[in-house]
Amino acid sequence: MAPVIHIENLSKCYQRKTASSVGSTLREDIVRLFTDAGRKTLAGGKASTQPFWALKDINLDINAGEVVGVIGSNGAGKSTLLKILSRITEPTTGEVRVRGRMASLLEVGTGFHPELTGRENIFLNGTILGMERTEIRRKFDEIVAFAEIDEFLDTPVKHYSSGMYVRLAFAVSAHLAPEILVVDEVLAVGDVSFQRKCLGKMGEVSRQGRTVIFVSHNMAAVENLCTRGVVLRRGEMVFNGSAKDAIQSYMSGITMNNSNMVSSVNLAGASRGQTNHTELLQEMQLRDGRGNPLVTPLSMGQPLQIAIRAYFKQPTKDIEIGVGFDSIFGQRMITVTTALDPEWQGGPLSGSTQFLCCIPEVPLVAGEYRLKVFARSAGVVLDAVDNACQIQVIESDMFGTGKQPYGAFACRSAWQLDVAADVLTLASDAQSRQCGWSKP
Amino acid sequence: MHATMAETQVAAVKRAQEEFVIQPRSGWQPVCFKELWQYRAVLYIMAWRDIKLRYRQTVLGGVWAVLQPLLAMLIFTVLFSRIGHIQAGGPPYPVFAYAGLVPWTFFANAVTMASSSLLGNQALVSKVYFPRLFIPLGAICALLLDLLVGLALALVLMAVYHCPLHWTLLTLPLCLVATVCAASGVSLLLAALNVRYRDVKYVVPFIVQMGMFVTPVIYPMSFVPAWTRPFLALNPMTGAVMGFRYALFGGALDMPLVTVSICTSVVILFAAVVIFRRMEVEFGDVI
Repeated sequence: MAPVIHIENLSKCYQRKTASSVGSTLREDIVRLFTDAGRKTLAGGKASTQPFWALKDINLDINAGEVVGVIGSNGAGKSTLLKILSRITEPTTGEVRVRGRMASLLEVGTGFHPELTGRENIFLNGTILGMERTEIRRKFDEIVAFAEIDEFLDTPVKHYSSGMYVRLAFAVSAHLAPEILVVDEVLAVGDVSFQRKCLGKMGEVSRQGRTVIFVSHNMAAVENLCTRGVVLRRGEMVFNGSAKDAIQSYMSGITMNNSNMVSSVNLAGASRGQTNHTELLQEMQLRDGRGNPLVTPLSMGQPLQIAIRAYFKQPTKDIEIGVGFDSIFGQRMITVTTALDPEWQGGPLSGSTQFLCCIPEVPLVAGEYRLKVFARSAGVVLDAVDNACQIQVIESDMFGTGKQPYGAFACRSAWQLDVAADVLTLASDAQSRQCGWSKP
Repeated sequence: MHATMAETQVAAVKRAQEEFVIQPRSGWQPVCFKELWQYRAVLYIMAWRDIKLRYRQTVLGGVWAVLQPLLAMLIFTVLFSRIGHIQAGGPPYPVFAYAGLVPWTFFANAVTMASSSLLGNQALVSKVYFPRLFIPLGAICALLLDLLVGLALALVLMAVYHCPLHWTLLTLPLCLVATVCAASGVSLLLAALNVRYRDVKYVVPFIVQMGMFVTPVIYPMSFVPAWTRPFLALNPMTGAVMGFRYALFGGALDMPLVTVSICTSVVILFAAVVIFRRMEVEFGDVI
């Protein structure tokens, strides 16, 4: 079967304006139109614009029912691609063939007017997005229920809380039923619980066999929802394959540009907070679960190995080696140390020694963390490097739900219905929790 | 849910052959009437929105639709009270002026609102696709309601002043078309130019202010020197205003003059649409 979307040699070039031509007025353009000399004087003798290729030679086929995630860092060309697909802007070269009814959501609530009521805005927004009036009428109750705004239906949306506004806006969008849906970051709105609901709705859409093109920074959502991933980098498509591999490719691309992220750290030369420490810690290396140097940011819930080499000038016993993970706000998140491992033997050790710490599952949520390495003997600090290195933890589909935990840590939990418990024990449970004592 | 899925499938089959191509466009673009028809609901909703919004949070609401020409009429009547009857057997001055002020108010409001409509709906232009012509046209359609209300009041005024109705009233629809045509032409042109050249913002008040004096709104054509009349005929609103008076009060109509004016109006409209379509390509990037 022919692809639903066929993109061929698609490029988009913007003329980046230099300061001399910014703010073109009619007069300037008329002068430019009629005189070559005028063009020269206006531009100061040089071309006044610089070409900037936002997209270069994109070739992509998307089949019916595919959910394609487009990822890339800011300025990679994702939005330009979506704008071309949505017909907001024209390509410079190439073409796109689309078969079927396509709707694009570059934002939620397009056309919403603050003075209009919720009811009026549903019709306005729905029509603008391409729904027919009968279709909107049919889905009206469903939309209102999804948005949870029924009592404010006839209130102008300017009086809505921002949460209500976004819920209503998304509710209309979610009830679009095109064969092809183009979505841009619309999930990055609203409160966390509503984001969850939206993700669920997105999943539902893709399960109905529609084709979805989805641009997002939420890697977990991409990994969970998308059947295919496309990575853009500086306007070029650098990867096209499974969503998981695309994320991997995107991440390794980031790392290459991120000098903070190094797998091996020379601790011997690192600055120490206190000078009286002996320079005992020599080197540290971060590795992935298979023992290979870690060159990409760490995905949440992934295994991590930390190898530390230390040099003991004299035999030392009762050794404790540890690594602390601090948030960028300086708050200690976790500490892993030999002292917490029941099977650890503390020495005595001398000469060059290597320690390997294995963390089966890093429980930190996405963010940047600073690593602090320390060595102690019998509770006395021998050496400590406060800011050994930084690691970046990124979102991943750790729980297999496409959803992100909130809080500082990612913790697995299993849930089931407790059918045996009756109402009485539940009530007393709640009571005991309130009173702050635990039931025996 | 099953119903929706089945529907989607039916729709999918229906549209299976439907293919559209996104390609670089440059130069002059034809107007795609098929597409305009496809998206007609958007035009309707844009007009509906403007009507809903226009008088929201105003005390007088829709009364403003008639208050604008009515107040202007009162002012001009006071100023020109000595004139009395414009022509023998013709309507008294207040009715005469009002009949000119109603289409003129429509034109002035249309140009003011439509010329800034693309900029005012920036979010739409940069976020969703539908024929851009509908943004200024929606604003004009919304004003059409005011025009009709104004006309209804004109008939009431005529009754009050005991002006007889004439068979020429049947030409009123044609006059409406001419007025909308004149307003659309100027509005579309200014709306498109406004996206790129914000100079338009300063041109519009000038057009609206000066335009009234070079259009026979508050005076009859017979009041201006004969040599200026061909120039006035080049004004697209001249024909429309004269047409309205003819429809309401009957009498003689300077056909050559009206024809020239309407032709100007059609030429401007055609040029405006062509220019609009040409500039439309870059709206998304420039706005």
